[in-house]
Amino acid sequence: MEFRYLPMTDSDKSAMLKKIGINSTEELFSDIPEKVRLKQPLNLKAPIDEHELTKELTNLAQKNISVKSHTSFLGAGVYDHYIPSIVDHIISRSEFYTAYTPYQPEISQGELQAIFEFQTMICELTSMDVANSSMYDGGTALAEATNLSVAQTKKQKVIVSKTIHPESLEVIKSYAKGQDFEIVEIEEQDGVTDIEALANELDENTASVVVQYPNFFGQIEPLQEIKQLLEQQPKSMFIVSSNPLALGYLTPPGEFGADIVVGDTQVFGIPSQFGGPHCGYFATTKKLMRKVPGRLVGQTLDEEGRRGFVLTLQAREQHIRRDKATSNICSNQALNALASSVAMTALGKQGMKKMAWLSMQKAYYLKSKFEEVGIPVVFQGPLFNELVIDMNQSIREVNEKLLTKGFIGGFDLEQMNTGMYGKMLVAVTEIRTKHEIDTFVKEVGEIHG
Amino acid sequence: MANQNFSLIFEHSSPGRIGHSLPELDVPEVDLTKQISSPYIRESEPNLPEVSELQIIRHYTGLSRRNYGVDSGFYPLGSCTMKYNPKINEDIARLEGFSHIHPYQATNTVQGALEVMYDLQQSLAEITGMAEVSLQPAAGAQGEWTGLMMIRAFHEANGDTNRTKVIVPDSAHGTNPASATVAGFEAVTVKTNERGLVDLGDLKRVVDEDTAALMLTNPNTLGLFEEQILEMASIVHEAGGRLYYDGANLNAIMGYTNPGEMGFDVVHLNLHKTFTGPHGGGGPGSGPVGVTKELAKFLPKPILTKQNNEYVFDDNRPHSIGRVKPYYGNFGINLRAYTYIRTMGAEGLKQVSEYAVLNANYMMRSLQETFELPYPQHCKHEFVLSGKKQKKLGVRTLDIAKRLLDFGYHPPTIYFPLNVEEALMIEPTETESKETLDGFIKTMLQIAAEVEDSPEQVQEAPHHTVVKRMDEATAARKPILRYKPE
Repeated sequence: MEFRYLPMTDSDKSAMLKKIGINSTEELFSDIPEKVRLKQPLNLKAPIDEHELTKELTNLAQKNISVKSHTSFLGAGVYDHYIPSIVDHIISRSEFYTAYTPYQPEISQGELQAIFEFQTMICELTSMDVANSSMYDGGTALAEATNLSVAQTKKQKVIVSKTIHPESLEVIKSYAKGQDFEIVEIEEQDGVTDIEALANELDENTASVVVQYPNFFGQIEPLQEIKQLLEQQPKSMFIVSSNPLALGYLTPPGEFGADIVVGDTQVFGIPSQFGGPHCGYFATTKKLMRKVPGRLVGQTLDEEGRRGFVLTLQAREQHIRRDKATSNICSNQALNALASSVAMTALGKQGMKKMAWLSMQKAYYLKSKFEEVGIPVVFQGPLFNELVIDMNQSIREVNEKLLTKGFIGGFDLEQMNTGMYGKMLVAVTEIRTKHEIDTFVKEVGEIHG
Repeated sequence: MANQNFSLIFEHSSPGRIGHSLPELDVPEVDLTKQISSPYIRESEPNLPEVSELQIIRHYTGLSRRNYGVDSGFYPLGSCTMKYNPKINEDIARLEGFSHIHPYQATNTVQGALEVMYDLQQSLAEITGMAEVSLQPAAGAQGEWTGLMMIRAFHEANGDTNRTKVIVPDSAHGTNPASATVAGFEAVTVKTNERGLVDLGDLKRVVDEDTAALMLTNPNTLGLFEEQILEMASIVHEAGGRLYYDGANLNAIMGYTNPGEMGFDVVHLNLHKTFTGPHGGGGPGSGPVGVTKELAKFLPKPILTKQNNEYVFDDNRPHSIGRVKPYYGNFGINLRAYTYIRTMGAEGLKQVSEYAVLNANYMMRSLQETFELPYPQHCKHEFVLSGKKQKKLGVRTLDIAKRLLDFGYHPPTIYFPLNVEEALMIEPTETESKETLDGFIKTMLQIAAEVEDSPEQVQEAPHHTVVKRMDEATAARKPILRYKPE
């Protein structure tokens, strides 16, 4: 059978074999010992033509309910936001998406400059000095941050609030096992980190304190109080995971003295796509610049004095430093960082604030509507775009009912072994209309009874 | 034009201009200052650009024209497998039922996506000869670390807590020793012999009761097949260690052999290499891991399984190393790999390896008289030349790479692997035509002639790019990592 991605003709092949001085390509594989050779063809589905394959995969796609076919109130770390049409047009330019890492700066200025602009925008949003070219996602960026804090402070205890995303917490635990450091979890109190418990745990062995802002329950963590606590242990690092959109309206962690700020830019131009690829960001202080994991782009001049950009400070990285590298990370999420850059550019100074503000306005409206129909809103502290309601019944069943009404309901908090039976985490964004919210609350109210 | 800087998006900014289309508030406005206490309300505005939609499009179109991808031209970047990225993959990944599904939707609302994932797991297990596969790791380096953490958990489960060393060849990619460190091991190097293969005597010397694993890619980083792989496997296994396969070079052997047959216990794959996930300018990638039955219970959780014709996630895995990434891996990239595997089937994938190897050998034989070839045997999907001869004439491999830019090519990987002086690592891939290979060969020979006749032409290259060589030393000494308005 012939394949459209394989251009060699029979005559090409025979000319090439002749040049090599052999009669068949089999001879090129003669160094593979007979004992390890496959005795029969791979057992895979037969190759299929483009039209049929498109039909088959379109059918599979249509089996899924999506946030486009239904109205979604599901968030929990992945949000349904406005994605400007231009984003996909730009990331579909193949000079970007079919390029490798920009190791040859003379023919990679486009990608390098785009990353430099991304780094700048992340610094602006977080109020930090330095941001890298991106990480796999928010969860692994947070794990890299905790690893860095242990390496930097030579202390073995990382204190993590249980109000961070539960899957990020799981990832941190996996990484901690690799580096043999201790994770101490701080319980939640009224929807935010229990400050007293945190104060009791914080000591001279603490490498870092990790909180999420806004946290997993949508609540705004009291960064000011946490920072004040940390002043008693100035060597311990303050790590904050932040939804970067929230920083359009909320005071950025950099202004509360954070040492590392991480998060996920999925909220800017990246579809949910079943959880990945998204795009982590990693921002820190000038002091830690040479400890940052992953790639950094820096500005410089060429031989003729023109401004240009290069990958820089590579002495931190695995391909130079090998087993002494600050991290093993090699790739980043360049194409998704580009998508987020385009979305952040489209939003601009005004749009960023407006989108954050709209999301908050809708969240407070949603809260008032729930209270109107008598559904308890569990936490009463300040919130961003998510809140917890108490349905006092199986959320899985509630969501099944909502699905028949055209809604993807909120996140079932019981799923995360948080001991929160009957509680649902509900998210809204700027694109949920009043009508959608009103109808949703009405349906939820009817189920609640 | 020549001496002008290409503007940053911030330099196009004008106060009051917008590039977005956000809805107006349609609910009663709440005074947020009454809800949020003032220290938490942002005072300083982030300095983001204020530009119109056309300005954004012009800016990024301009940037794209200052970039080079596989679609622009030949990209023989060794160890990176820069093959063609099929367009149908992009179309499939953008179908709404795949691109706009939320990871926390009930599993009965995403059966189509789970079917793709399950089928891909099965296909990758078959291709690698492993018992089970997890799609969770985000990229190759994370796959390596995940694999090593499983090996660590395996030894610990056996009460074997003194296995602190991971052996890597001196030719290995830097991620191997770095991943070993992050997984809590000490990386130990094993030497390469004069034929470019792992030195068995040295392997016997370094393997002992402390050995947790040997990390290897086969074909190795020099593009050579480790013929004594079974002997190596038994040396490591007999000492109680496990064998880790770095799947970076799988493109050379599909349908001919697989890591399972060779005796490997754990495998990671780079779906963005062999299986056509686009490199995206540096990512996102995808790095699934496969394991033998013995190690399956240590796989990251949750595990996707099929029960009574329904796909479900199994989180009840007491021996699992835990979660390595939120959600289920880079689904969008996995979907592209799946589309590719369905396009090619077993027959196509075997041809992929056949032509990847044929193309590399053809180029190697066409260049071996002009450039030094340190290892003369047949190569697999890539080969390594040395620029030693040219260096004697005062021209470095870096200069040759830069000169290639003038002819519209992306240069090969240079100065890697570390054990070849002035290395040029060339991987043509199977998707290139003979005409393309011939054009590149001709150019390489021409540059070699220039090295002899007019070396400054090469030493001063590139001549025709939008910028010339960059001052990288100053970039590292006085780092400017972000834009600040003057």
